[in-house]
Amino acid sequence: MTDRGHPSRSHDSHPVPIAAPARYLLALVSLLIVSHPLADRLNLAVASNFAGAVALLVERFEAQRGHHVSVSLGSTGKQYAQIIHGAPFDLFLAADVERPKRLEDVGHAIKDTRMTYAIGELIIWAPGRERLDLPSALTSPAIGRIAIANPRLAPYGRAAREALESLGLWDDVRPRLVRGENIAQAFQFVYSGNADVGLVAGAQLVAHASAASGSRWPVPPGLHRPIEQQAVLLRDSRAGRAFLDFLRSDDGRTVIRKAGYRVP
Amino acid sequence: MILSPDDLTALWLTLQLAGVSTVVLLLIGTPLAWWLAWSRSRMRFLVEALVALPLVLPPTVLGFYLLIALAPRGPIGAGATALGLPPLAFSFSGLVIGSVFYSLPFVVQPLQEAFRAIGQRPFDVAATLRATPFDRFVSVALPLARPGFVTATVLGFAHTLGEFGVVLMIGGNIPGETQVLSIAIYEHVEALDYGRAHLLSGLLLVLSFVMLLTLYAVNRRFARWHP
Repeated sequence: MTDRGHPSRSHDSHPVPIAAPARYLLALVSLLIVSHPLADRLNLAVASNFAGAVALLVERFEAQRGHHVSVSLGSTGKQYAQIIHGAPFDLFLAADVERPKRLEDVGHAIKDTRMTYAIGELIIWAPGRERLDLPSALTSPAIGRIAIANPRLAPYGRAAREALESLGLWDDVRPRLVRGENIAQAFQFVYSGNADVGLVAGAQLVAHASAASGSRWPVPPGLHRPIEQQAVLLRDSRAGRAFLDFLRSDDGRTVIRKAGYRVP
Repeated sequence: MILSPDDLTALWLTLQLAGVSTVVLLLIGTPLAWWLAWSRSRMRFLVEALVALPLVLPPTVLGFYLLIALAPRGPIGAGATALGLPPLAFSFSGLVIGSVFYSLPFVVQPLQEAFRAIGQRPFDVAATLRATPFDRFVSVALPLARPGFVTATVLGFAHTLGEFGVVLMIGGNIPGETQVLSIAIYEHVEALDYGRAHLLSGLLLVLSFVMLLTLYAVNRRFARWHP
C-alpha cells in the first residue's frame, strides 16, 4: 500500500483497494439506472384477486399499443398506504370503491378518472362434496370449518358476511368461520383441504378450473352490496389514460368477463 | 386508553402460546442439543442444518408447508385424524406445532453451546465416582448449563411471542383460538385503526425489551459467578 502515496499510513490497508472496485460498481449502477426506459412505462398497482385478468389485459394492451406495463400485486389496503406515502404507481386497480375514492378526496389521484372496471362474484364452494344442498348445508354438522375473507379488511369478506346475514345463517356459522386476510387466503384454506367450505371469488374458480369440483352455489347479487372494483389514475399520462380506455373497451370487458367478473 | 376485550384475549392467548411452546421446546430441545453436542455421528451435520433452517427460511415457507402437512390428507393431519383428534389447522394445537418448528434453533443452539462449553472433564470425573449417565446429566450437565437454559427459555419464549408469518398462514384469525397479538396488530393496521395498533405494538415492544434485558442481566451475573 505504501507505493500508492500513503507511506505514513502503511499499517492502514483499506482505502485504495476498496475504493477502485467501488467506483466501477457505482458507474455500473448509474449506467443501469440511466438506461432504464422510464418514459413510456406504466406502473400498475393491482388488487391480488385481479391477478389472472390483469395478466391477459396487459398482454393485449402491450401488443396493441406498444407501451410497457409493469404490474405490482398486493392487497388494496397496503397499496393504498404505499400510494399515500409516495409509491411510484401510475394507475391503481383496487378491489373496492372506498380506497380510490379516498385517494381522489385527498388529491393523490387525477380527478374524474375513477371508474368501475369489474364487479366481483361471490360463490360458496365445497370441493370434494358433490350435490351438497347449499346454502342450507352450511349449518349441517357434517361441515367443519368455513373460510371467508376477513369482513373487516376485504371487500369479499364484507360481502360474505352480508350474504350470510341476509340468508339468516350468520349466527349459526360464526363459530366455524376462519378468516383469511384476503380472498386469496380464504381460497387457499379451502383449496388445501383445511376448510370444508369457502365463500370465494368467481374469478378464483375460473383460474383454478381443474380443482373446482364439488358443489357450488353462486350467491345471488341481491344478498349483498355489489363488490365493485374501481380504478383511478394516479399520475396523468397518455399511456395511463389509454389503459383506462382499454378497460372500458369491448375487448377489455370480454377479457374481464371471461376471467369470472361481471362488468358494469 | 385501555385494551379492548378482544385485544386482552389476544394478549393472553399469545402468552399461553409462548409458554406452552417453550415448555415443549425445552422437552424436545434438551435431548436434541445434548446429542448434537456430543455425538460423533456423521448424521450430526445434517441434523444441525435441519435445526437451523427456520433461521433462514421465510416464515411463509414454513407456514405454507405446515398448512399442507396439517390438512386432513397431509402427513401430520392424517396422523391426527387416525388418532381421532380434531383437525389441527386453525387450532391452538396447530399453532403450538408451528411455533415449535419456528423457534427450534433459538432453543437448541444455546443449549448445544452450553453443553459443549462444559467440556468432557466434569463428566469423566463424575464417571470415576460411578455416576450413571442419567445421574451425570442431571447433577452435572443441568446445573453447569444453567445460563444456556436461561438463554434458551427466554429466546424461545420471546421468539414465539413475535411470531407472525407462520400464524398468518395456518391460524385463520379466530379470536380466542388463533388470533395472537401480532395478527391482531396486523388487522388493526390494515383496517386503519392506528390507535389500537399503537397500543398493542407498544406493549409488545416493551414486553420483548424487558425480557431480553432480564436475559442479559441474568447472564452477566452467571458470567461473574463462573469466570
